[in-house]
Amino acid sequence: MEEAYAPPHKDTLLLVEDLRVHFRGHDHVARAVDGVSFDVHTGETVCLVGESGCGKTVTALAILGLVPIPPGVIASGKIRLRDTNLLTLTEEGLQDIRGNQISMVFQEPLTALNPVFTIGDQIMEAIQVHEKVSENERRRRCIGLLTDVGIPSPEARLKDYPHQLSGGQRQRVMVAMALACHPALIIADEPTTALDVTVQAQILNLMKSIQHASAMSVLYITHDLGVVSTVADRVYVMYAGLIVEQGTRDQVFQHPRHPYTRGLLASLPSRSKRGKRLYSIPGSVPNPAFKPKGCPFHPRCSAAIAECAVDFPGMCDYGHGHLSRCPPVYSRERQE
Amino acid sequence: MFSFIGRSIIQKTVTLFFVSVISFLIIHLAPGEPSQVDPMNPKFTPEMVERFRQEFHLNEPLYTQYLLFYQDLFTGKIVSWKDNQPVLAKIWERFLNSLPLFIVGTLLTWTLSFPVGIRSAIFRGGIYDRSATFFAYLLISIPGFFFAYVLIIFVVTVFHVPVIGMETFGMGAASWPHLFMDRVWHLLLPSVLGATGGIAVLSRYVRSQMLEVEGQDYVRTARAKGLAPDQVHYKHALRNALLPFVTMFGLILPGLIGGSVIIESIFSWPGMGRMAYEAILARDYPIILTVNFLSAVLVLIGTFVSDLLYLMVDPRIRL
Ligand SMILES: Nc1ncnc2c1ncn2[C@@H]1O[C@H](COP(=O)(O)OP(=O)(O)OP(=O)(O)O)[C@@H](O)[C@H]1O
Ligand SMILES: [Mg+2]
Repeated sequence: MEEAYAPPHKDTLLLVEDLRVHFRGHDHVARAVDGVSFDVHTGETVCLVGESGCGKTVTALAILGLVPIPPGVIASGKIRLRDTNLLTLTEEGLQDIRGNQISMVFQEPLTALNPVFTIGDQIMEAIQVHEKVSENERRRRCIGLLTDVGIPSPEARLKDYPHQLSGGQRQRVMVAMALACHPALIIADEPTTALDVTVQAQILNLMKSIQHASAMSVLYITHDLGVVSTVADRVYVMYAGLIVEQGTRDQVFQHPRHPYTRGLLASLPSRSKRGKRLYSIPGSVPNPAFKPKGCPFHPRCSAAIAECAVDFPGMCDYGHGHLSRCPPVYSRERQE
Repeated sequence: MFSFIGRSIIQKTVTLFFVSVISFLIIHLAPGEPSQVDPMNPKFTPEMVERFRQEFHLNEPLYTQYLLFYQDLFTGKIVSWKDNQPVLAKIWERFLNSLPLFIVGTLLTWTLSFPVGIRSAIFRGGIYDRSATFFAYLLISIPGFFFAYVLIIFVVTVFHVPVIGMETFGMGAASWPHLFMDRVWHLLLPSVLGATGGIAVLSRYVRSQMLEVEGQDYVRTARAKGLAPDQVHYKHALRNALLPFVTMFGLILPGLIGGSVIIESIFSWPGMGRMAYEAILARDYPIILTVNFLSAVLVLIGTFVSDLLYLMVDPRIRL
């Protein structure tokens, strides 16, 4: 067994327990997030991985209290930031948290900035909401932030509108805005999906270097395992609103236990597979309103047995923080 | 910027030329002449008609008529066929009558539609939104003339004030507060009526515009920053939702002339709309064509103003 990963700081910053977010439709309820639990320690990077539609963004929005209600409902759960349960906070209480303790970088840099305000205004606004500082001080900090995220000649750029920047620059501005009040946690929701590969790498490096400079935690949401393998300390694999496997990066990449994780890894292109046809998991993610009974993955699973269609799978502990939600594989591997 | 203005002015002048040609052709090629409006009129003897045709160059080829007409228009010499009065003076007088109706109506429309539409969008699905929707569709579906009669009967029986026309006849000796209130009462009903349809439609439009913007990513970004709901709605969302209305704002200008034929007819309001309507019935070509030309000018000025406003409010538009 490999060594368990020791987080840089032992204290838990964010703890999500049994979070369920449902969306009411006309005649059905879409259980987009259906019992998700995870934690983030101070200073570490946690990745939430999963296919499109598995509920990653909804989980992130729930943490910030941004799930549109209605149609959304938080059906159950706890979201603890240090000692406060965010789900019991009032709107004003949440406003103090948003952008101040937890900020978010969204999926779409092209539409996430307001087209009618200059980027300077938008970054300075993020400072102004939470801190009473003079206009000059705000400007100075704004220029500092833009320099940190690698925007050339920031003084001149302050007066630019979003449409005058490239996609990568806009995402840098989003990162600068997220950093404005030195948050304890940044949630990055697929911050690089819309960008080309070189820009992706730049943004990833940028986030890393910022994280090293401060004791900031990052919750990194992505469907790209390549990204996970470069940034993650720990990984949570999500499927159909559920965590199906969790562990350190090495545990999950070297010894994946869940058939879904194995499928994801097998579908990753690599040097050894050059020239061969890429594997892809058969079937597609179930509609959150009509999930199969038992294990939500069983219709697509090559290792499925009869029980999988009946029993809801519990988490099986492989030790050192490595857990997988697949009892059949667990008992089979135990016997060997 | 200046090249935009220059280009725009040239383009609009060319457009105006074509509008003048086409409207002139449409009017003159359409069947019917002033002399045919009332053939039984004993004054319309063949000799009289021939004299008229001479007088107004109706025997000349069309292009000569066109040139003569616009020459008269630009030198201000153009006169009505019906009563030989100078057209421009007539239009000016009617325009001054229509102006208060237009101003009050427009102010009502624009100042009421926005708060109603914005509130509906922010509290969508709530009681406020649903009642606003209900009343909007009610007002859109009730015919204006019917609604007008209901209102007239209501105001006249409850408040005992006369509301037809621009002022009560024979009030010359009354003190000025009386005269003033009399004017206000006469102005109120037609402007409210003229505005209701506009409010109903515009508030719906504001609501849908605002709803669309509220769903945008940058609004979510604004909330994720920790901004209070008011700032999210009224700063980040509203600024974007207002952009398309800048275009509409330039287009209310032509309403100055079109006015409201129906409202002015119901209330016997001596305004532009009614004058144009009567001129059409009487085949009074000079008035029809002049009004037509002036509307075209206003439309072009309106679009020009919209373009300029858009340029100022939307940073994405550069020339
Ligand atoms: N406002 C909403 N109303 C109804 N259903 C919603 C809403 N937002 C999300 N959902 C549903 O919740 C499910 C999870 O969506 P989510 O956006 O979290 O997926 P995701 O994992 O972030 O996917 P992607 O990788 O494509 O971003 C989807 O099936 C989606 O249809
Ligand atoms: Mg997403």
